[in-house]
Amino acid sequence: MKKVAVIGAGPAGIEAASLLAAQGLEVALFEKESQPLHNLTDKAFLFPNFADARQVSERLLEKLHTPGIALLKDTPVVSLLAPTAGGSWQVNGQGFDAVLLTSGYTTFDARRKEELGYGIYPGIHTSLEMEQMLREGKIVNTIGDMPRRIAFLQCVGSRDEKVGNHYCSKLCCVTAVKQAIEVKKLIPQCEVYIFYMDLRMWGQHFEELYREAQTDYNIKFIRGRISEAGGTFDRRVQIKAEDTLMGRPMKLTVDLFVLMVGMEASQGTRSLAAQAGIAGEYGFAQACDPHTSDNCTAHDGLFVAGSCKRPMTLTDTLADARSAAWEVLRYLHSGLK
Amino acid sequence: MDSADLTAAERLLEAEPSLKACIGCGGCTATCSAAEFVDFNVRRMHMAFVKGQQEGLRTQLNRCMLCGKCLLVCPRGVHTRSVIMAMRKELSPEEK
Ligand code: SF4
Ligand code: SF4
Ligand code: SF4
Repeated sequence: MKKVAVIGAGPAGIEAASLLAAQGLEVALFEKESQPLHNLTDKAFLFPNFADARQVSERLLEKLHTPGIALLKDTPVVSLLAPTAGGSWQVNGQGFDAVLLTSGYTTFDARRKEELGYGIYPGIHTSLEMEQMLREGKIVNTIGDMPRRIAFLQCVGSRDEKVGNHYCSKLCCVTAVKQAIEVKKLIPQCEVYIFYMDLRMWGQHFEELYREAQTDYNIKFIRGRISEAGGTFDRRVQIKAEDTLMGRPMKLTVDLFVLMVGMEASQGTRSLAAQAGIAGEYGFAQACDPHTSDNCTAHDGLFVAGSCKRPMTLTDTLADARSAAWEVLRYLHSGLK
Repeated sequence: MDSADLTAAERLLEAEPSLKACIGCGGCTATCSAAEFVDFNVRRMHMAFVKGQQEGLRTQLNRCMLCGKCLLVCPRGVHTRSVIMAMRKELSPEEK
């Protein structure tokens, strides 16, 4: 029986592993954490339809019961070696006929944008921390009261050459709109602002969600990049931006300031892509061709799927994983191996 | 735009090509030291100049203290301080 290693038990890894196992392959699914799906289980609701992240996670986790999958938790992959003539791929010293890399992303460390004050002043949070508050259904300011005013800032760690990330992370725009709506559902009287450079509402129902944020929730959109944030004496946060559509510099004092942190290649992605010789831009893994061969790599038998390649939504990640599974099957059945 | 004279704008972009990458985010204006005290909007100034509009720019340009804070925040790596110096140089004689 052919053996496949899938590296990373996120949505892409689970989806692909279950399809490959259902086709009769023996799949080893490596996961460095003690539980799979940790980038999904820390979410409350998913855009654009506010699907309960827990239910979506459960549906994915059920797929792990497909016979033929061995889930190896707490098992980081430390070595990924290409086959020597006629041999097999070596993952942590074990041989495999094919390897699928699904080692995913990590979020940008907001401390790297020092001028935005994260980790220095109270009341400044990342979008992940906001998600956590939303999951708990409780949003409080720095003195434990209900916040009266919250500002979100887009593009933190993305589209920013100062941190070396020129790319757009693709899903923070809609995530901010989603989180802003959830805040308003919990605290209707709270004023909510979203500061943006461009609003990229490219996916199905994203634009509708944006419109709903304006018409039904009175969320205020200001086109301008916040360049500085600092603490005030009463433990609030003062931000500086230009309202570029009005042509006016502005200061705004808020109770909570939320940084929409972008996606970067995870540590695993960086090191495995480098080890296997498929490191692409920004530490992401490089596929052969974005149009016709987006799951194959420069090496026969090594495939890539999901956000280890670039920022990707959950929907796209799952579709990409299915496409990668097909490529792996085609490769294993082609007689190449 | 039809009647705009863009020769000075072209010279400016040639002198400081980084300005071509500006996305008008206003980060420079937001952080500007001079804007704290006087009516001064660095983004609006360089965007106007690039479109061939120079009215009133001389007085505005003189308000810049050349502190360079703006270039520390620009997400597109525009060398805003050099842009100001180049604008001062390329201003049309009527504006000078
Ligand atoms: S999706 Fe929006 S917030 Fe995220 S990097 Fe792109 S433009 Fe910025
Ligand atoms: S900060 Fe940079 S990109 Fe933003 S308006 Fe100023 S020059 Fe343009
Ligand atoms: S260099 Fe001029 S435009 Fe830039 S921040 Fe300083 S005063 Fe403002």
